[in-house]
Amino acid sequence: MDNIWDGIKAAVYLLVTFDRDLMEITLRSLQVTLSAVAISSFVALPFGAWLAIRRFRLRRAAIAVLNALMGLPPVVVGLVVYLLLSRSGPFGVLDLLFTPAAMIIAQVIIITPLIASIAHQAIRELWAEYHDLLISMNTTSGQRIRTLIWDGRRALITAALAGFGRAIGEVGAIMIVGGNIDHATRVLTTAIALETGKGDFALALGLGFVLIFLSLLVNFATHALGRTERGKFW
Amino acid sequence: MSSILPLTLSNAYVKRRGKTLIGPIDLSIEAAELTIIIGPNGAGKTTLMRAMHGLQRLTSGVLEFACSIDDARQAQAFVPQNPIMMRRSLRNNLIYPLQLRGVSKSAANAQADDWAQRINLRHALDQSAPNLSGGEKQKVAVARALIREPELVFLDEPCANLDGHATRDIETMLLAERAARRTIVMSTHNLGQARRLATRVIFMLGGCVHETGRADAFFDAPQTPEAAAFLTGDIV
Repeated sequence: MDNIWDGIKAAVYLLVTFDRDLMEITLRSLQVTLSAVAISSFVALPFGAWLAIRRFRLRRAAIAVLNALMGLPPVVVGLVVYLLLSRSGPFGVLDLLFTPAAMIIAQVIIITPLIASIAHQAIRELWAEYHDLLISMNTTSGQRIRTLIWDGRRALITAALAGFGRAIGEVGAIMIVGGNIDHATRVLTTAIALETGKGDFALALGLGFVLIFLSLLVNFATHALGRTERGKFW
Repeated sequence: MSSILPLTLSNAYVKRRGKTLIGPIDLSIEAAELTIIIGPNGAGKTTLMRAMHGLQRLTSGVLEFACSIDDARQAQAFVPQNPIMMRRSLRNNLIYPLQLRGVSKSAANAQADDWAQRINLRHALDQSAPNLSGGEKQKVAVARALIREPELVFLDEPCANLDGHATRDIETMLLAERAARRTIVMSTHNLGQARRLATRVIFMLGGCVHETGRADAFFDAPQTPEAAAFLTGDIV
């Protein structure tokens, strides 16, 4: 119990003093995760919509694989990305290992199936509703996908937030490809792992509370911007 | 104006899981007619219109227009029995078909204002369309179908479940379109409405066209006993 209380005190202290290291790793956490969510959404939302409107032979298999990929173990993703980016790997020449870019790549791989799968579920229902209308208006596939993404945007925000939630709390993959290097690739989750390993539970817990606070903040901000849950709007 | 019509169906069938929904159907829709399809429930009115519009694939038979099928698809619209409202404002629902065609925003908005005026919903332009009442949604669906001036419009029971006022608003719109020589194909269960609007009637029974003809002749002297019974309100 003392540890938790100390953790809360440490968190408050870190926050009110605007601790520079804390600010740095918090901003890096945000930068890495928001970049990953943006890139993933850019790929996954149209893909989910495409999967919803398109009928092809292996569609059911594709959806099953996509759903299975939601459970992709981050450590394994980290390992594979590490091998691809390492000096002896095929992309070693890009010199990306142990940089925030490598962390973003790993997170994109982890959350893209998740966002695509949730987006597909949401858009499938909307497509069932819009099907006759959009077919009747003789729309192209591109027009259908754009229309469904725009009109389904409230549900798709949830998909993106689920991706954000998975990415911001992720530690296994980014530890491997980022290396938790101070002032370079250290983020909140890797810092917590490090401080726990060192036995500094108060600081670790403090960082943990900051992480939770950050997650809540992003969710509230998204809902406020998206104007969800307000009767008049969809 | 008439470039896609006449529409002709020859020996057309729609079957689902071995069961024949409609067929055999031989039919043509001429330009500038307001054709009303009547018949009991399950006679195949909706399936016939969906097949003519292209929402339902023919199992066998031929659907032909006076032009290529792609051009024909561009020049027609369909209003289903349960109007589909996009999750947008009324204005954005009305301008959606225009946006698909690349009409400029200001021109599209001007047209939306005009059509909202015609359906007496100018005050509701910025409301969310799915929150409108049933009658309002139906009027929006009809306006959205007509806004890009299709040559051929299908309406599936546009006035089902509507009260007198809403029905009159829609009929007024349809009469104006008929006067403008737009081709309309519409199904209804309301025989009074059929008499008021139709220039031509198709009476369907059991998935087939049982009788067809000019509206006045059909209503005055139906040729088949089933049509005569249907018109007098008997159950066929």
